[in-house]
Amino acid sequence: MTHIDPALLRGLTRPRLARSDASRRDVLRLMGAAGAGLALSACGVKGQGGKANVDQSDVQKYWAGKAKTGKLNWANWPGYMQDDHATIKAFEKATGIKVTYKEVIQESGPWFGKIQAPLAAGQSIGFDLMVMTNGIQLEKCRQLGYLAPLDPSRLKNFAANAGAGFKNPSYDPGNAFTIPYESGITGIAYNTKYVKDEITSIAQLFDPKYKGKVGMMGDSQELGNFGMFLLGIDPEKSTPADWEKAAAKLREQRDKGIVRKYYTQDYVDAVSKGDVWMTMAWSGDVYSLTSPDVKFVVPREGGTIWTDNMCIPKTAENPVDALTLMDWLYVPANNAPLTEFVNYITPVPGTQQIIAAEAAKATGDEKKELTRLSTSPLVYPSPADMARLRHYRRLTQAEETQYQKIFEPIAKGS
Amino acid sequence: MAGGLGRARGRGRFTPYLLVLPSGLWLLAFFAIPMVLMVSLSLQTGNLVDGFRQTFHWQNYTDGLSTYGDKFGRSLWYGLLATVACIVLAYPAAYWIAFRGGRHKSTYLFMLLLPYFVSFVLRTVSWKLVLTDNGPVLGPLRNHGVLPSGFHVLDTGFAVVSGLTYNFLPFMVLPIYVALERIDPRLVEAAHDLYASRVQAFARVVLPLSLPGVFAGVIMTFVPVSADYVNAEVLGGPRNTMIGNVIQSEYFDNSAYPVASALSFVLMAILLLGIFAYARALGTQDVLEAAGR
Repeated sequence: MTHIDPALLRGLTRPRLARSDASRRDVLRLMGAAGAGLALSACGVKGQGGKANVDQSDVQKYWAGKAKTGKLNWANWPGYMQDDHATIKAFEKATGIKVTYKEVIQESGPWFGKIQAPLAAGQSIGFDLMVMTNGIQLEKCRQLGYLAPLDPSRLKNFAANAGAGFKNPSYDPGNAFTIPYESGITGIAYNTKYVKDEITSIAQLFDPKYKGKVGMMGDSQELGNFGMFLLGIDPEKSTPADWEKAAAKLREQRDKGIVRKYYTQDYVDAVSKGDVWMTMAWSGDVYSLTSPDVKFVVPREGGTIWTDNMCIPKTAENPVDALTLMDWLYVPANNAPLTEFVNYITPVPGTQQIIAAEAAKATGDEKKELTRLSTSPLVYPSPADMARLRHYRRLTQAEETQYQKIFEPIAKGS
Repeated sequence: MAGGLGRARGRGRFTPYLLVLPSGLWLLAFFAIPMVLMVSLSLQTGNLVDGFRQTFHWQNYTDGLSTYGDKFGRSLWYGLLATVACIVLAYPAAYWIAFRGGRHKSTYLFMLLLPYFVSFVLRTVSWKLVLTDNGPVLGPLRNHGVLPSGFHVLDTGFAVVSGLTYNFLPFMVLPIYVALERIDPRLVEAAHDLYASRVQAFARVVLPLSLPGVFAGVIMTFVPVSADYVNAEVLGGPRNTMIGNVIQSEYFDNSAYPVASALSFVLMAILLLGIFAYARALGTQDVLEAAGR
């Protein structure tokens, strides 16, 4: 045993010598404690439940006196616009509205976390238009009254050209607050340089053979859905008991060391470089990859179809300009170049003919690429494909709390 | 005359308070009040849509601890590892600059700090590009058979601790450098005159005089390192989550403000206790003095 200086132990455990004004300090301390106690019980955070259902008068009230300003700040996800911003430039030329475009949305949860405080306080978030996935956070924005009600009288192109499956969705009845930007499928991407088997099933993401080489998504809805698919459960009809079973499977997969990492956006890089060999992935991301080794499949158990929606935060400074852009994108000729780049499912089916016509005129590689696009089931899915795809489950506030408690800790290693 | 003197004396009496006022108000507005609000929040129940109500729900603390207890342990462990690694790397560097740097001392210091002019997150993400499995470092090594095929650095605890060490190194170098720089070289000469060997002179003269710098460096690295979440997020995998990641996601992803506040307080309490014990054990005076330089 080494010798411990007794002075050290004394110093660690005993209070220091009292000073002469100790009594006055004690009184102050007591007062401080009492004050803090009062403050503790007094403050709470007010509920912000807003109106999720709007009628004509709400729309009129919001849009009265709002006019075009010639400016538009747009928040979007990465990979959702041509690198040279061609679509934005065309819009600016056609309307004279100057667009500031930022790829600031990486994941639904953190994005909501970022905008929640200013929106609750009625402050601008610096954006007039944002693209949000149908899911927990969009539902919250609706319920909390953070979104501007859309004016159908200014969405004529949407009414005329949107595909039937994109109008009046279950997560936003009557398109009261949102219209789709793009839809996509969550499936599996794998690098054929490393994976020699053909990947067709979600069960292969759980195969110990690929230990340390599998990527999953960190988003609790995406992750939970795949756990449920594995067990043959349709997420939209799932119960809390199903969630528990799916979570147990996902934990097992993690604890066996099969999962290398839970990704947000960065799986694209990881799978093309070979850090992971296969991963949960979004359809368009893989299609726009230049690497020919990476393949995307909709697993036979099913994939999720989701829609990213354009919506206007209530505190937007340039809402008329935002609405103008939303409607402008529903002219097929305006939408086609965007679809050619992003490779997701476009809500404007009229673009298919335009791209097919371009393909007929083009030659060489470009012709091949355009033909592939105009006939791709991942951009223009057939009704049979659509039937195989499942939707996110809508969650009430109580269900959501329970759902998050079950799935959220998995990606955090708990 | 008398009145004038009284006024002067009166002003003198209040001067210290007036001088303290700005920083006092600052502390009140940005520290004391937020703290009280956070304590309050940590005991509430509810959700964003229906609002949060004060129910003195102490389970927020027990729930948080039981679900994420291991993350506290891991954060402190990583904090310790990174701090020790920082000392090992920083001391020789600071020593060399202080005693062998000559008239280029400030140039060397500047070179050391240069990478830190780039954003913290960007620097961390660039490590990811360097260390990727088939990247410029690991790819060739594996191809030449130096590394086994399954070997990887990214998404491991090693990557996280290395990232933390790298990112917080200057906070260790600077205080040690300042402490060493102030040592009078004549003291070392005197030691040699008294027949001390180089090792003895270092161990008996230089090292004790530089310890306050090390103490300050430890506090300035250990605390932020244990609470960091960027490195674990970017360089770590599912087994490397630190408590900072949990707090961040509870707060921003789940809007579970009460649990996030409770976890923050537990972390703060652990770190404060640790620092107090450390300061008491190694001499508060020296530490605060060194940190204040």
